Amino acid sequence: MTGLANALRVVVELFVDDGALAIAIVAVVTLSAALAVLPPGQPLLAGIVLLGGCLAVLAANVLRAVQRRG
Amino acid sequence: MMSALPAVTAAFLASLVEAVEALTIVLAVATVRGWRPAGFGALAGFVFLALIVLALGPVLDRVPLHLLQFVIGVMLLLFGMRWLRKAILRAAGVIPLHDEGATFASETAALRDEERQRVARLDRLAALASFKAVLLEGLEVVFVVIAVGAGGRFLVPASAGALLACVLVMAIGFVLHRPLARVPENTLKFAVGVMLSAFGVFWTGEGLGVPWPGEDLAIIAFAALFFSVAIAAIALTRRRLVEVSP
Repeated sequence: MTGLANALRVVVELFVDDGALAIAIVAVVTLSAALAVLPPGQPLLAGIVLLGGCLAVLAANVLRAVQRRG
Repeated sequence: MMSALPAVTAAFLASLVEAVEALTIVLAVATVRGWRPAGFGALAGFVFLALIVLALGPVLDRVPLHLLQFVIGVMLLLFGMRWLRKAILRAAGVIPLHDEGATFASETAALRDEERQRVARLDRLAALASFKAVLLEGLEVVFVVIAVGAGGRFLVPASAGALLACVLVMAIGFVLHRPLARVPENTLKFAVGVMLSAFGVFWTGEGLGVPWPGEDLAIIAFAALFFSVAIAAIALTRRRLVEVSP
Protein backbone atom coordinates (compact mmCIF):
# COMPACT_ATOMS: atom_id res chain seq x y z
CA MET A 1 0.00 0.00 0.00
CA THR A 2 2.85 2.37 0.87
CA GLY A 3 4.54 1.52 -2.44
CA LEU A 4 1.36 2.32 -4.37
CA ALA A 5 0.91 5.59 -2.47
CA ASN A 6 4.53 6.52 -3.18
CA ALA A 7 4.10 5.73 -6.88
CA LEU A 8 0.95 7.83 -7.00
CA ARG A 9 2.71 10.70 -5.25
CA VAL A 10 5.55 10.56 -7.78
CA VAL A 11 3.07 10.72 -10.68
CA VAL A 12 1.19 13.65 -9.11
CA GLU A 13 4.46 15.48 -8.46
CA LEU A 14 5.21 15.27 -12.19
CA PHE A 15 2.42 17.77 -12.75
CA VAL A 16 1.96 19.57 -9.46
CA ASP A 17 4.79 21.44 -7.79
CA ASP A 18 3.01 24.54 -6.58
CA GLY A 19 -0.60 23.72 -5.64
CA ALA A 20 -1.83 27.26 -6.27
CA LEU A 21 -0.46 27.20 -9.84
CA ALA A 22 -2.12 23.86 -10.61
CA ILE A 23 -5.49 24.99 -9.17
CA ALA A 24 -5.35 28.24 -11.14
CA ILE A 25 -4.57 26.38 -14.40
CA VAL A 26 -7.45 23.96 -13.82
CA ALA A 27 -9.77 26.92 -13.09
CA VAL A 28 -8.76 28.64 -16.36
CA VAL A 29 -9.28 25.39 -18.32
CA THR A 30 -12.69 24.85 -16.67
CA LEU A 31 -13.82 28.38 -17.51
CA SER A 32 -12.58 27.99 -21.07
CA ALA A 33 -14.32 24.61 -21.44
CA ALA A 34 -17.56 26.10 -20.13
CA LEU A 35 -17.40 28.89 -22.72
CA ALA A 36 -16.73 26.39 -25.51
CA VAL A 37 -19.28 23.76 -24.56
CA LEU A 38 -22.20 25.53 -22.87
CA PRO A 39 -24.71 27.31 -25.15
CA PRO A 40 -24.21 29.63 -26.89
CA GLY A 41 -20.86 27.87 -27.61
CA GLN A 42 -18.16 30.50 -28.15
CA PRO A 43 -15.03 28.49 -29.01
CA LEU A 44 -12.92 31.45 -30.13
CA LEU A 45 -13.65 33.34 -26.90
CA ALA A 46 -12.82 30.12 -25.04
CA GLY A 47 -9.43 30.07 -26.78
CA ILE A 48 -8.73 33.69 -25.86
CA VAL A 49 -9.66 33.03 -22.22
CA LEU A 50 -7.47 29.90 -22.20
CA LEU A 51 -4.39 31.64 -23.61
CA GLY A 52 -4.79 34.91 -21.69
CA GLY A 53 -5.68 33.10 -18.49
CA CYS A 54 -2.62 30.85 -18.60
CA LEU A 55 -0.29 33.78 -19.26
CA ALA A 56 -1.86 35.79 -16.43
CA VAL A 57 -1.71 32.83 -14.05
CA LEU A 58 1.99 32.32 -14.79
CA ALA A 59 2.91 35.97 -14.24
CA ALA A 60 0.80 36.27 -11.08
CA ASN A 61 2.21 33.05 -9.60
CA VAL A 62 5.83 34.12 -10.15
CA LEU A 63 5.23 37.56 -8.63
CA ARG A 64 3.45 35.98 -5.66
CA ALA A 65 6.46 33.73 -5.09
CA VAL A 66 8.69 36.81 -4.83
CA GLN A 67 6.30 38.50 -2.41
CA ARG A 68 6.25 35.38 -0.24
CA ARG A 69 10.04 35.37 -0.20
CA GLY A 70 10.22 39.08 0.59
CA MET B 1 -0.78 18.91 -41.90
CA MET B 2 1.33 19.77 -38.89
CA SER B 3 5.12 19.40 -39.04
CA ALA B 4 6.73 16.94 -36.65
CA LEU B 5 9.64 19.32 -36.01
CA PRO B 6 8.22 21.14 -32.92
CA ALA B 7 7.30 17.79 -31.32
CA VAL B 8 10.75 16.33 -32.04
CA THR B 9 12.52 19.46 -30.74
CA ALA B 10 10.48 19.55 -27.52
CA ALA B 11 11.04 15.83 -26.91
CA PHE B 12 14.77 16.15 -27.65
CA LEU B 13 15.37 19.14 -25.34
CA ALA B 14 13.25 17.78 -22.48
CA SER B 15 14.98 14.40 -22.73
CA LEU B 16 18.38 16.08 -22.75
CA VAL B 17 17.65 17.69 -19.36
CA GLU B 18 16.21 14.53 -17.80
CA ALA B 19 18.98 12.31 -19.18
CA VAL B 20 21.62 14.56 -17.63
CA GLU B 21 19.86 14.35 -14.25
CA ALA B 22 19.54 10.54 -14.41
CA LEU B 23 23.12 10.08 -15.60
CA THR B 24 24.41 12.17 -12.67
CA ILE B 25 22.95 9.68 -10.16
CA VAL B 26 24.00 6.60 -12.17
CA LEU B 27 27.57 7.92 -12.40
CA ALA B 28 27.62 8.64 -8.66
CA VAL B 29 26.52 5.05 -7.96
CA ALA B 30 29.12 3.69 -10.40
CA THR B 31 31.87 5.79 -8.81
CA VAL B 32 31.20 4.42 -5.32
CA ARG B 33 29.92 0.87 -5.94
CA GLY B 34 31.11 0.10 -9.47
CA TRP B 35 29.36 -0.30 -12.79
CA ARG B 36 27.62 -3.60 -12.01
CA PRO B 37 24.93 -2.33 -9.59
CA ALA B 38 24.75 1.03 -11.39
CA GLY B 39 24.28 -0.63 -14.77
CA PHE B 40 21.85 -3.24 -13.45
CA GLY B 41 19.69 -0.61 -11.77
CA ALA B 42 19.71 1.62 -14.85
CA LEU B 43 18.85 -1.31 -17.13
CA ALA B 44 15.98 -2.35 -14.86
CA GLY B 45 14.73 1.24 -14.96
CA PHE B 46 14.84 1.26 -18.78
CA VAL B 47 12.96 -2.05 -18.97
CA PHE B 48 10.26 -0.79 -16.60
CA LEU B 49 9.87 2.39 -18.68
CA ALA B 50 9.65 0.35 -21.88
CA LEU B 51 6.85 -1.72 -20.31
CA ILE B 52 4.96 1.46 -19.42
CA VAL B 53 5.28 2.74 -23.01
CA LEU B 54 4.22 -0.63 -24.44
CA ALA B 55 1.20 -0.70 -22.14
CA LEU B 56 0.14 2.89 -22.91
CA GLY B 57 0.73 2.85 -26.69
CA PRO B 58 -2.22 0.65 -27.76
CA VAL B 59 -4.55 2.41 -25.29
CA LEU B 60 -3.81 5.82 -26.85
CA ASP B 61 -4.87 4.65 -30.32
CA ARG B 62 -8.35 3.79 -29.01
CA VAL B 63 -9.03 7.18 -27.39
CA PRO B 64 -10.99 9.68 -29.56
CA LEU B 65 -8.61 12.37 -30.88
CA HIS B 66 -10.45 15.37 -29.36
CA LEU B 67 -10.54 13.77 -25.91
CA LEU B 68 -6.87 12.78 -26.20
CA GLN B 69 -5.92 16.32 -27.25
CA PHE B 70 -7.86 17.86 -24.36
CA VAL B 71 -6.49 15.54 -21.65
CA ILE B 72 -2.91 15.75 -22.95
CA GLY B 73 -3.25 19.51 -23.41
CA VAL B 74 -4.25 20.01 -19.77
CA MET B 75 -1.44 17.71 -18.60
CA LEU B 76 1.02 19.62 -20.78
CA LEU B 77 -0.15 22.92 -19.29
CA LEU B 78 0.37 21.59 -15.76
CA PHE B 79 3.73 20.04 -16.61
CA GLY B 80 5.08 22.81 -18.89
CA MET B 81 4.02 25.74 -16.74
CA ARG B 82 5.50 23.99 -13.69
CA TRP B 83 8.85 23.81 -15.51
CA LEU B 84 8.55 27.37 -16.81
CA ARG B 85 7.66 28.78 -13.37
CA LYS B 86 10.67 27.08 -11.80
CA ALA B 87 13.00 28.19 -14.63
CA ILE B 88 11.79 31.80 -14.23
CA LEU B 89 12.33 31.73 -10.45
CA ARG B 90 15.79 30.21 -10.93
CA ALA B 91 16.77 32.70 -13.64
CA ALA B 92 15.62 35.56 -11.41
CA GLY B 93 17.56 34.21 -8.42
CA VAL B 94 14.53 33.50 -6.22
CA ILE B 95 15.49 29.81 -5.93
CA PRO B 96 19.00 28.40 -6.47
CA LEU B 97 20.06 26.89 -9.80
CA HIS B 98 20.08 23.11 -10.07
CA ASP B 99 23.73 22.05 -9.74
CA GLU B 100 24.59 18.64 -11.24
CA GLY B 101 28.06 18.83 -9.66
CA ALA B 102 26.51 19.27 -6.21
CA THR B 103 24.00 16.46 -6.84
CA PHE B 104 26.84 14.15 -7.90
CA ALA B 105 28.85 15.08 -4.79
CA SER B 106 25.95 14.63 -2.36
CA GLU B 107 24.86 11.30 -3.91
CA THR B 108 28.46 10.03 -3.81
CA ALA B 109 28.88 11.19 -0.19
CA ALA B 110 25.63 9.51 0.87
CA LEU B 111 26.64 6.19 -0.67
CA ARG B 112 30.15 6.42 0.86
CA ASP B 113 28.61 7.17 4.24
CA GLU B 114 26.45 4.05 3.98
CA GLU B 115 29.51 2.09 2.88
CA ARG B 116 31.35 3.18 6.01
CA GLN B 117 28.41 2.06 8.12
CA ARG B 118 28.59 -1.33 6.34
CA VAL B 119 24.94 -1.31 5.42
CA ALA B 120 23.83 -4.81 4.52
CA ARG B 121 23.18 -5.56 0.85
CA LEU B 122 24.78 -2.31 -0.22
CA ASP B 123 24.91 -3.29 -3.88
CA ARG B 124 21.16 -3.71 -3.86
CA LEU B 125 20.78 -0.21 -2.41
CA ALA B 126 23.13 1.17 -5.05
CA ALA B 127 21.21 -0.57 -7.84
CA LEU B 128 17.96 0.76 -6.37
CA ALA B 129 19.32 4.34 -6.42
CA SER B 130 20.29 3.90 -10.06
CA PHE B 131 16.90 2.31 -10.89
CA LYS B 132 14.95 5.10 -9.21
CA ALA B 133 16.94 7.81 -10.99
CA VAL B 134 16.34 6.28 -14.42
CA LEU B 135 12.68 5.54 -13.67
CA LEU B 136 11.79 8.94 -12.21
CA GLU B 137 13.61 11.04 -14.80
CA GLY B 138 12.53 8.61 -17.52
CA LEU B 139 8.87 8.99 -16.54
CA GLU B 140 9.12 12.68 -17.38
CA VAL B 141 10.69 11.81 -20.76
CA VAL B 142 7.92 9.27 -21.46
CA PHE B 143 5.25 11.81 -20.57
CA VAL B 144 6.76 14.52 -22.80
CA VAL B 145 7.11 12.08 -25.72
CA ILE B 146 3.52 10.87 -25.36
CA ALA B 147 2.20 14.38 -24.82
CA VAL B 148 3.89 16.16 -27.71
CA GLY B 149 3.69 13.10 -29.95
CA ALA B 150 0.23 11.69 -29.37
CA GLY B 151 -1.75 14.94 -29.80
CA GLY B 152 -0.64 15.20 -33.43
CA ARG B 153 0.06 11.49 -33.94
CA PHE B 154 3.85 12.04 -33.96
CA LEU B 155 4.79 9.40 -31.40
CA VAL B 156 7.54 7.82 -33.51
CA PRO B 157 9.42 11.06 -34.43
CA ALA B 158 9.07 12.35 -30.84
CA SER B 159 10.40 9.03 -29.50
CA ALA B 160 13.32 9.26 -31.93
CA GLY B 161 14.13 12.77 -30.69
CA ALA B 162 14.04 11.60 -27.07
CA LEU B 163 16.14 8.53 -27.81
CA LEU B 164 18.73 10.62 -29.65
CA ALA B 165 19.06 12.94 -26.63
CA CYS B 166 19.44 10.02 -24.20
CA VAL B 167 22.06 8.29 -26.36
CA LEU B 168 23.95 11.57 -26.79
CA VAL B 169 24.03 12.29 -23.05
CA MET B 170 24.99 8.69 -22.18
CA ALA B 171 27.81 8.67 -24.75
CA ILE B 172 29.26 11.98 -23.51
CA GLY B 173 28.82 10.96 -19.86
CA PHE B 174 30.54 7.63 -20.26
CA VAL B 175 33.44 9.20 -22.17
CA LEU B 176 33.90 11.96 -19.58
CA HIS B 177 33.08 9.75 -16.55
CA ARG B 178 31.57 12.72 -14.76
CA PRO B 179 28.22 14.52 -14.88
CA LEU B 180 27.57 17.05 -17.59
CA ALA B 181 27.74 20.02 -15.25
CA ARG B 182 28.13 22.56 -18.04
CA VAL B 183 24.84 21.84 -19.73
CA PRO B 184 22.83 25.07 -19.33
CA GLU B 185 20.05 23.17 -17.63
CA ASN B 186 17.92 26.13 -16.62
CA THR B 187 18.06 27.61 -20.13
CA LEU B 188 16.95 24.26 -21.56
CA LYS B 189 14.17 23.95 -18.97
CA PHE B 190 13.08 27.49 -19.77
CA ALA B 191 12.93 26.70 -23.51
CA VAL B 192 11.14 23.40 -22.96
CA GLY B 193 8.73 25.01 -20.49
CA VAL B 194 7.84 27.65 -23.10
CA MET B 195 7.33 25.00 -25.82
CA LEU B 196 5.29 22.62 -23.65
CA SER B 197 3.08 25.44 -22.36
CA ALA B 198 2.45 26.58 -25.96
CA PHE B 199 1.64 22.98 -26.98
CA GLY B 200 -0.61 22.70 -23.91
CA VAL B 201 -2.71 25.75 -24.84
CA PHE B 202 -2.93 24.55 -28.45
CA TRP B 203 -3.98 20.96 -27.71
CA THR B 204 -6.41 21.96 -24.93
CA GLY B 205 -8.03 24.40 -27.36
CA GLU B 206 -8.09 21.82 -30.16
CA GLY B 207 -9.78 19.39 -27.78
CA LEU B 208 -12.44 22.03 -27.03
CA GLY B 209 -12.93 22.77 -30.74
CA VAL B 210 -11.27 26.23 -30.70
CA PRO B 211 -10.69 27.41 -34.31
CA TRP B 212 -7.15 28.76 -33.76
CA PRO B 213 -6.28 31.43 -36.35
CA GLY B 214 -3.41 30.15 -38.51
CA GLU B 215 -4.10 26.61 -37.25
CA ASP B 216 -0.78 24.90 -36.33
CA LEU B 217 1.19 28.13 -36.79
CA ALA B 218 -0.62 29.40 -33.70
CA ILE B 219 1.78 27.29 -31.60
CA ILE B 220 4.66 29.58 -32.64
CA ALA B 221 2.65 32.65 -31.64
CA PHE B 222 1.75 31.04 -28.28
CA ALA B 223 5.41 30.17 -27.67
CA ALA B 224 6.39 33.79 -28.45
CA LEU B 225 3.77 35.05 -25.98
CA PHE B 226 4.87 32.65 -23.19
CA PHE B 227 8.49 33.62 -23.88
CA SER B 228 7.70 37.35 -23.67
CA VAL B 229 5.71 37.00 -20.45
CA ALA B 230 8.43 34.82 -18.90
CA ILE B 231 11.19 37.29 -19.82
CA ALA B 232 9.12 40.17 -18.44
CA ALA B 233 8.45 38.17 -15.25
CA ILE B 234 12.20 37.55 -14.79
CA ALA B 235 12.98 41.26 -15.22
CA LEU B 236 10.19 42.30 -12.85
CA THR B 237 11.15 39.68 -10.28
CA ARG B 238 14.81 40.75 -10.33
CA ARG B 239 13.78 44.38 -9.82
CA ARG B 240 11.50 43.44 -6.90
CA LEU B 241 14.29 41.39 -5.32
CA VAL B 242 16.65 44.39 -5.50
CA GLU B 243 13.95 46.59 -3.93
CA VAL B 244 13.26 44.26 -1.00
CA SER B 245 16.90 43.31 -0.32
CA PRO B 246 18.51 45.34 2.54
